[in-house]
Amino acid sequence: MLPKSQLWLLLALVAAGVASALSRFLDPYILDVVMGVGIAITLASSLNLINGFTGQFSLGHAGFMAVGAYTSAMLTTTLGPKLGASPVLLQWAVFPASLLLAGLAAALAGLAVGAPSLRLKGDYLAIVTLGFGEIIKVLLQNMDVVGGARGLVGIPDYTNLFWTFGVAAVTVYVVWGLLNSTYGRGFLAVADDEVAAEAMGLNTTRYKITAFVVGSFFAGVAGGLYAHLKGYLNPGGFDFNKSIEIVVMVILGGMGRHVGVIVAAILLGVLNETLRSFGDYRMILYSLLLIILMLTRPQGLFTWPLWKKKAT
Amino acid sequence: MLEVRNLTVNYGAITALHDVSLRVEQGTIVTLIGGNGAGKTTTLRAISGMVKPKSGSILYQGRDITGVPTHKLVGQGIAHSPEGRMVFANLTVRENLQMGAYLQRDKAVIALEEEFVFDTFPRLKEREHQLAGTLSGGEQQMLAIGRALMSQPKCLLLDEPSLGIAPLLVKSIFEKIVELNRTRGLTILLVEQNANLALEISRYGYVLETGRVILADEASRLRADPKVREAYLGG
Repeated sequence: MLPKSQLWLLLALVAAGVASALSRFLDPYILDVVMGVGIAITLASSLNLINGFTGQFSLGHAGFMAVGAYTSAMLTTTLGPKLGASPVLLQWAVFPASLLLAGLAAALAGLAVGAPSLRLKGDYLAIVTLGFGEIIKVLLQNMDVVGGARGLVGIPDYTNLFWTFGVAAVTVYVVWGLLNSTYGRGFLAVADDEVAAEAMGLNTTRYKITAFVVGSFFAGVAGGLYAHLKGYLNPGGFDFNKSIEIVVMVILGGMGRHVGVIVAAILLGVLNETLRSFGDYRMILYSLLLIILMLTRPQGLFTWPLWKKKAT
Repeated sequence: MLEVRNLTVNYGAITALHDVSLRVEQGTIVTLIGGNGAGKTTTLRAISGMVKPKSGSILYQGRDITGVPTHKLVGQGIAHSPEGRMVFANLTVRENLQMGAYLQRDKAVIALEEEFVFDTFPRLKEREHQLAGTLSGGEQQMLAIGRALMSQPKCLLLDEPSLGIAPLLVKSIFEKIVELNRTRGLTILLVEQNANLALEISRYGYVLETGRVILADEASRLRADPKVREAYLGG
């Protein structure tokens, strides 16, 4: 008998597989939105590890996502055709491998940004990560190999329901498992009180870096999924707004809540589409939502006492 | 057991500690008294590696531990119960204690320590599954001390255990401190605003003023010293 959490993971993976097999009967537009939601869950859960559970305010999640998106897309577009493998093999072997590498590349970027900057606290860290996100964007805009500002086109559409929700399930599982271990309680301790955590013998810097690297890894994988969902990448899509979007999901769901953040990711993913008719005013609505939320429910929308943690 | 030699600590341009030297013998309670900003907390933070001294050295069991990071010192038996309690508000009492035993891998030892802490502070046992943030000030202080004990320290750095706690509880916490010292042979370096109480339970005392040691003597003699009485013991 598997532990309960692993059973859930398996169940989620099977469900994703079944849904994926049946997905051809779905309206393509709806399918696109649903897969977008799956990616949003991955992004929000991974940022929740950094912002919510470890208390390190990062504003650069879109940057790590971009690293992963471009890594994965470059691998499948340049290397893919050379392998001469069948489309099925490409989608089920080469693509996941590229996702893994995308995650690793993003994790590496996370380490490079995190190691020097995680000694900073609060606002300072937020500014550093914000700067990082912008640097990535500008770098990509000026790299001709990846299409520069014109963007990267012709990315195969390998992303399906199985991959999006499979990855989302694994992300939630890893974040959940990490936090419910003896080791993982250290993340919460660092968020609660860094000085006390240090006095207990925790290497707080290492905890913060671990959270950052693991979070970045999944942001990178999510980026890879995004690339193969949209088929087109544009550096402008990974700007500050994208990072904020993910931060909003974490705050809306309640910092450091597993289920709340998932619900928020679903809600905002759907809202994102329904608000599309408002065009450029969408971000205003977003911001308004955030202001109202902070004033009325600073602890997050989806925080029931049942799903414990956090004293009020 | 613990010796501080000519310790100088700067915060930017401000000198927080100036040439401070002190000794803590094994199995004793030693107290640092002094007003606000005298450098008491800074001394503890320097010993536990949370601030880097500009000059001077810290010896623990004969070894130089100056500049050794905090998380390494905990494993060597120095526990720091920081000022203002600083419990992990979003963890339960039990989880807080387990964090204290963070470096201990042996579950049986952790269970034993936990039992010891619960025996020492029965109140914590009653609140075992409550979030630490919902405890009263005194209970949080008990938890902070209990949590520090979980790492099985040989030397406990205790910062202001009486801060913001009801007088009745202060007394009981101080009784526990003495008990820990007697039964476990725990060496304690105590920082306290409540000089009267602190000197009462200590063997030796140091008086700090603006970052310098201005007096050092047996605790009983410090209590009798007219200068100390006037400045710190309320006449």
